[in-house]
Amino acid sequence: MSVLVYTESENGKFKKNAFEVASYAAAVAKQMDTSVTAISFNASENESLGTYGVSKVLNVSNENLKTFNAKAFANAISEAVAKESASVIIVSSSTDTKFLAPLMSGKLQAGYVPNVVAAPESTSPFTVKRTAFSNKGFAQTQINSDIKVIGVSNNAFGAHENATAVSVENFSPSLSDADFTTKSIEVDKVVGKATIADADIVVSAGRGLKGPENWGMIEELADVLGAATACSKPVSDLGWRPHGEHVGQTGKPVASNLYIAIGISGAIQHLAGVSSSKVKVVINTDPEAPFFKAADYGIVGDAFEVVPQLIEKLKEFKAQNA
Amino acid sequence: MKILVCISNVPDTTSKINFTDGDTKFDSNGVQFVINPNDEFGLTRAMWFKEKQGATVHVANVGLATTEPTIRKALAIGADEAIRINAEPTDGFFVAQQLAEVVKNGGYDLVIAGRESIDYNGGMVPGILATLLDMNFVNTCVSLEVDGTNATAMREIDGGKEKIATSLPLIIGGQKGLVEESDLRIPNMRGIMMARKKALNVVEPVDASKATQDTKFEKPEAKGAVKLVDNVDDLINLLHNEAKAI
Repeated sequence: MSVLVYTESENGKFKKNAFEVASYAAAVAKQMDTSVTAISFNASENESLGTYGVSKVLNVSNENLKTFNAKAFANAISEAVAKESASVIIVSSSTDTKFLAPLMSGKLQAGYVPNVVAAPESTSPFTVKRTAFSNKGFAQTQINSDIKVIGVSNNAFGAHENATAVSVENFSPSLSDADFTTKSIEVDKVVGKATIADADIVVSAGRGLKGPENWGMIEELADVLGAATACSKPVSDLGWRPHGEHVGQTGKPVASNLYIAIGISGAIQHLAGVSSSKVKVVINTDPEAPFFKAADYGIVGDAFEVVPQLIEKLKEFKAQNA
Repeated sequence: MKILVCISNVPDTTSKINFTDGDTKFDSNGVQFVINPNDEFGLTRAMWFKEKQGATVHVANVGLATTEPTIRKALAIGADEAIRINAEPTDGFFVAQQLAEVVKNGGYDLVIAGRESIDYNGGMVPGILATLLDMNFVNTCVSLEVDGTNATAMREIDGGKEKIATSLPLIIGGQKGLVEESDLRIPNMRGIMMARKKALNVVEPVDASKATQDTKFEKPEAKGAVKLVDNVDDLINLLHNEAKAI
């Protein structure tokens, strides 16, 4: 009866959320008086998981799993669940994980709760707090099945060091052609830039920018801060920016440390989508914009004046604090 | 091609969310209900398959009689027939088992659901359904083409898109991108009149277990007042020293 955690990697390197979910798993294991086993795919530096409380790593080295495949990954993890007699499985809230977790739920007859924001309130009955109504509320959800799958929200629980002796084993799940009936044939992905899902800072702009040709300064501001860029719904509907940048209730949720909203008035759907961000800054010409009521800091002013100044001053700040 | 679109009946995106009965239930008082937006993108894509490729489109909803106006709207948009499974959809695992029965009995080639409902955000129904029925599955699907039994889908990934080749029978968890916002259809009078005559079959739920249960709800804490500054130096100073965000 251990806790199994799926630690995601990309090109062999663990993602930031891998250490968050490992930390979460360690907290659950402590409550249940058991240990944490991690499963990773083609990852190097598996030992690093010991820093966050993992005592055993099952590393799958398999050429066919170099590209994410939800069904094959879900089946491999399910096999590890049986091998370890795990009753609780911890996963992240990445797009890939939200693809595979429901498959595990179906296969293992396991209750799955995504978007969990805190360690379990209790482990018997097993109750967790999660966001609901697209971040307009929270729910306490009780899981009644024998096996439980918990999806931890990005940047909610955090990574906590908890040095533990760790052993790494090779694990070869039995996969067949039937696991590969959906095939990745092309990946089109921005390389070397922060994504909305895992960026510490997100810089977002709305219709106040007046047209797609004015996004240069938004991208420059994001570059200076190492931030991801995002936009409001009308901006993506107008085709000024790709849909992948739309944050809000029907777009992506944002749970960054810092969210900077420029020229976004703050419709209720947008505010819901970004409510999990820790610090919010609003720059808007209209002092009555609803976003000011949901923000921590604000500047009432024209983006075309404020943003270039902010870029200049941040460059100086970065140079001094480098 | 026979398509089933699974629709969820959810509060309109502009709704303010409140809870009742000692914070154990969503307060639907004064709330306007709509087709879940992620499902509506899927339904609209299904209309394209109907018009261009001669597909038959059914919609299914797990819900009590109060969801029928939303189901009628799907019929008015152009679905041919509807099925309502007469049960309260309180758990994704339960809902998937109900829909599995409908898919099995209906012989559907393609099942389109939303990647998540915007109320309870479980995001699990299409995936669980795929394992229960051993069908192929693509989540966060932003485009879908079907040629015979071959399907090509795009799915959104963190930081980009991935093109996927698969085959029918297939289930997708759809979202915006399947069609554009401007492609969404507002039912016209003729559609609304025709929808009244279309079959809306009510079936009783099968025995199924519930894996989870929401026991209590709460609203986010109220935010403190915003600190307004009038220059970027002060802003950088506050973000660095007070918020520790940069």
